[in-house]
Amino acid sequence: MTTQSHSAADTPRPTVSPFRSRTRSRKPWWASKSVPWLFAVPGVLVIIVLRYLPSVAGGVFAFTDWDGLSPDVNFVGVDNFQTVFSNPITADAVWHTLVLGFVFVLIVNIVGLLLALALHRALRTRNILRAIFFLPFALSQLATAFVWQFIFAYDGPLNTILGAVGLEGLQKAWLGDPTLAMPSVIVVMVWQYAGLAMIIYLAGLEGIPEEIHDAASVDGAGPVREFWNVTLPLLAPAITISLTLTLIFGLGAFDQILGLTNGGPVNATQTIATQVWQQTFVYSNFAQGTALAVVFTAIVTLFAVIQLVVLRIREERLLK
Amino acid sequence: MCAVALLFASPFYILVVMSLKPSPEVFTTSPLVPSLNPDFTNFVTVFTADAGGAGMGSALLSSVIITVVSVLILILFGSLCAYAIARRSGRLSNALYLLFVIGIIVPFQLSIIPLYVVFRPLGLIGTYLGMIILWVGVLMPLVVFLYTGFVRSLPRDYEEAAKIDGAGAIRTYWNIVFPLLRPVTGTVAILAGLFIWNDFFVSLIFLGGSRVQTLPVAIYGFVGEFVSQWNFVFAAVIIAILPIAIFFIIAQRQFIKGFAGGIRG
Repeated sequence: MTTQSHSAADTPRPTVSPFRSRTRSRKPWWASKSVPWLFAVPGVLVIIVLRYLPSVAGGVFAFTDWDGLSPDVNFVGVDNFQTVFSNPITADAVWHTLVLGFVFVLIVNIVGLLLALALHRALRTRNILRAIFFLPFALSQLATAFVWQFIFAYDGPLNTILGAVGLEGLQKAWLGDPTLAMPSVIVVMVWQYAGLAMIIYLAGLEGIPEEIHDAASVDGAGPVREFWNVTLPLLAPAITISLTLTLIFGLGAFDQILGLTNGGPVNATQTIATQVWQQTFVYSNFAQGTALAVVFTAIVTLFAVIQLVVLRIREERLLK
Repeated sequence: MCAVALLFASPFYILVVMSLKPSPEVFTTSPLVPSLNPDFTNFVTVFTADAGGAGMGSALLSSVIITVVSVLILILFGSLCAYAIARRSGRLSNALYLLFVIGIIVPFQLSIIPLYVVFRPLGLIGTYLGMIILWVGVLMPLVVFLYTGFVRSLPRDYEEAAKIDGAGAIRTYWNIVFPLLRPVTGTVAILAGLFIWNDFFVSLIFLGGSRVQTLPVAIYGFVGEFVSQWNFVFAAVIIAILPIAIFFIIAQRQFIKGFAGGIRG
């Protein structure tokens, strides 16, 4: 091991003198002059044994009928995936995940950007406001979802307030109505993640030099044109990061669902993540659970890669 | 702006008001009006109650142990690994870096079911050790990615001076490099610590129904136990979020700075 790492390290570098190289090769690894590869071994072992091997195993499980226990395993082709898409609960969960992901990403980024633009100029109250908006993201998403379950309850604070201001007509069973449950989940998720988007956009805004704004106003650009033609293009890197992160959180929605609706009413808020858990660990249906996990992996990886590639290209074009 | 901030903070107001209500007032008074006889015994009840295996007190301890030990291992393994990747060059270094970057993009959820299948016969389900192993695996790619970016931006001068003084690789790392990594170590500790502390998905799968439960798992059991007894539920919610809330309020600037540093890095 040690001699190997030495020779690999030393060959590409021109040796100063044969004498020096000889003394070096006799030294033990811990006295090596370049950083020994041995340092990387624990981290690399961890990622291979705990991430790559299980992910490959999961990919293989998804094409078998294994129940997670018995020694009897048969290769069943794409049967599990057919079951996933023919079972209305899991098929709908895939659809819900996509809708939730996109609507949530759109709204949370608009809200986050607006908060950042408002806070960027506010100097005195900035720190306290920033803390208030960011706090929901720092706290347990499951725990805070229970507060919202109460707020949305039929006899809860939201309907109480609506009644008090004379809007009885708007009083609804927010989490009990299949058409309102998913929008309610999205409201909670926007509350939880808007601070994250805001922090990313604030960091982006801070990176824009003041002179550029001055130059734009000297050239006679109004605030709206300045925003579209100057600020937004320069925020491109922040937009990339924020969209990618919020999309990953949106597609993986789990805590909020279990805290608010438990997937109901009548499975209207089941997502892939809640179904992976339910199918695998509640119904012990390992084959379907892994197939769903593979679908989830494919969707997230596909969108993450598309988003990174498209947004990077746009970033480069805008910055030219 | 302040109105929007009040709207954002209103769930916390309701949370505190309800957690202090004596049981008879929960359904008879408005949820928006604080009780005239605030009742702190809700917290005592919740802290000592035993919901499905673990009370809030033992859950708090489990969360602390699992989060702290996992983060320490992640910092040690991750910084060592990133130091080697960043300071060496060539194909192996690039390949290893790519290995960790791909590990960030590919969701960890797929690896969870096979790990569960392997952990079960090994007796690692429902244990601290099992959870710590899981977290080190789930978060290692992100940690190595953050450290590698930071080490690459560090000048080599100090390390070279240390070598001239005859320090070996381990001493150079521990006495020179690791202290210089402090800003990114802070970011790693905050990001990884927050992720582990707040996680519910992995914890529910590996700790659900066992004696060892982290706070989110225990809270989930509590809500089932105290259906609609919102004063108890909310006292439990406050116990679960208070440690992070206090930490956030005290170290707000470093917290947000570290976070922004992590996402920009």
